[in-house]
Amino acid sequence: MTSFAVPTGSPGARILGIGSYQPETIVSNHDLARTMDTSDQWIRERVGIVNRRFAKPDEKLVDMAVEAGAKAVADAGLAPTDIGAVLVATCTMPSQIPNAAAQVADRIGVTGAPAFDLNAACAGFCYALAMASDLVRAGTARHVLVIGAEKLTDWVDPVDRSTAIIFADGAGAAVVGPSDTAAIGAVAWGSAGDLVDMIQIPDRHSFVHQEGQSVFRWATTQIAPIALRAVELAGIEVSDVDVFVPHQANLRIVEAIAKRLHAKGAREDLVIARDIVDSGNTSSASIPLALDHMRAAGEVRSGDVALLVGFGAGLSYAGQVVRLP
Amino acid sequence: MSNEDIQKGLAEIVEEVAGVEAADVTSDKSFVDDLDIDSLSMVEIAVQAEDKFGVKIPDDELANLKTVGDAVTYIASNA
Ligand SMILES: CC(C)(COP(=O)(O)OP(=O)(O)OC[C@H]1O[C@@H](n2cnc3c(N)ncnc32)[C@H](O)[C@@H]1OP(=O)(O)O)[C@@H](O)C(=O)NCCC(=O)NCCS
Repeated sequence: MTSFAVPTGSPGARILGIGSYQPETIVSNHDLARTMDTSDQWIRERVGIVNRRFAKPDEKLVDMAVEAGAKAVADAGLAPTDIGAVLVATCTMPSQIPNAAAQVADRIGVTGAPAFDLNAACAGFCYALAMASDLVRAGTARHVLVIGAEKLTDWVDPVDRSTAIIFADGAGAAVVGPSDTAAIGAVAWGSAGDLVDMIQIPDRHSFVHQEGQSVFRWATTQIAPIALRAVELAGIEVSDVDVFVPHQANLRIVEAIAKRLHAKGAREDLVIARDIVDSGNTSSASIPLALDHMRAAGEVRSGDVALLVGFGAGLSYAGQVVRLP
Repeated sequence: MSNEDIQKGLAEIVEEVAGVEAADVTSDKSFVDDLDIDSLSMVEIAVQAEDKFGVKIPDDELANLKTVGDAVTYIASNA
């Protein structure tokens, strides 16, 4: 039987560039304490956040995605027309249709490119990065723009102190392209739909609701093994990891996962993302935002081995090892 | 395992998670009010206690364990 023609792929894929965008308005814990019964001290101790950014009412999720995406394309040294597909990881689009990705592609100048959204909540960026890597390796697209963008303030009850103190807005992006060696490792991913009730926005008239302590227990016990599995799948040792960038859910979750990695041989000098302190929890945007901020601060270098792991509603989770551009 | 052994093991966990001296972890102490342990540290203590004593401490049960003595009794009767 004839075998149909398929594209020629590439032995590996790598991240060529990253970019991010945060809205202008900085909201401190003190600002929040003016509108609800909370305090700077409580928020710092329980979640580790000091400041976060909120988009203005007229600033759209798509606007933020465009800013971050365009920066990542430029950082990769590419022109928009070099991009072969656009993936937007998001769980906070205000519209059911259209998706974000087609508009983002058009506004960045990637007119006509295949473009779609992917919803795996806070695991979305790692899911999309895995898809992008496979699209490139298979030759389906040569360069893929992956964006995590969220306007959580549209879906959070502004006076619900169990969520309003945590969630924030922003976007982060990466361009994935072909490589002779694989610089994005195999993904360790999965879901736990039996735990769906732990975090949800059940319909368009609802705000985000979470079982805080159950989420905390799940994240602090179940995510380190996923991260370690990603290391194993990449064929490296945990001591080879230079940088650890977990989803920025809660600083205490970040520290608890890092502690488990240290117990399994992670190096003392492992650089750990703590971007939540000044960015809040931006769901699918948090990992690329953290990466971009760490790079700007000189905390990470080109060539560093970074372990990424996203986790959240669904429940869903995904992690992989990448070499930083 | 005797209640004294459970209490001793629990005290070690509390010290490790929350930095409270093991000697202060006595039966009548309230985790929140006396030992200043917050609800998220309680979750971490529960997770470690599950491993150490081979018992399940779900979140809704955990909310009822106000004092060190409550926890020791729960572990002793569920392990
Ligand atoms: C949401 C979270 C911060 C709540 O913390 P918690 O310790 O579980 O909070 P609880 O609801 O048990 O409340 C503990 C106490 O703090 C109080 N409290 C709750 N929220 C508060 C706030 N924002 N400010 C001040 N006090 C607050 C409660 O009233 C309660 O007081 P009480 O014991 O005197 O009644 C925490 O559970 C969490 O971060 N979980 C993980 C969630 C997460 O990461 N989600 C994203 C996943 S992608």
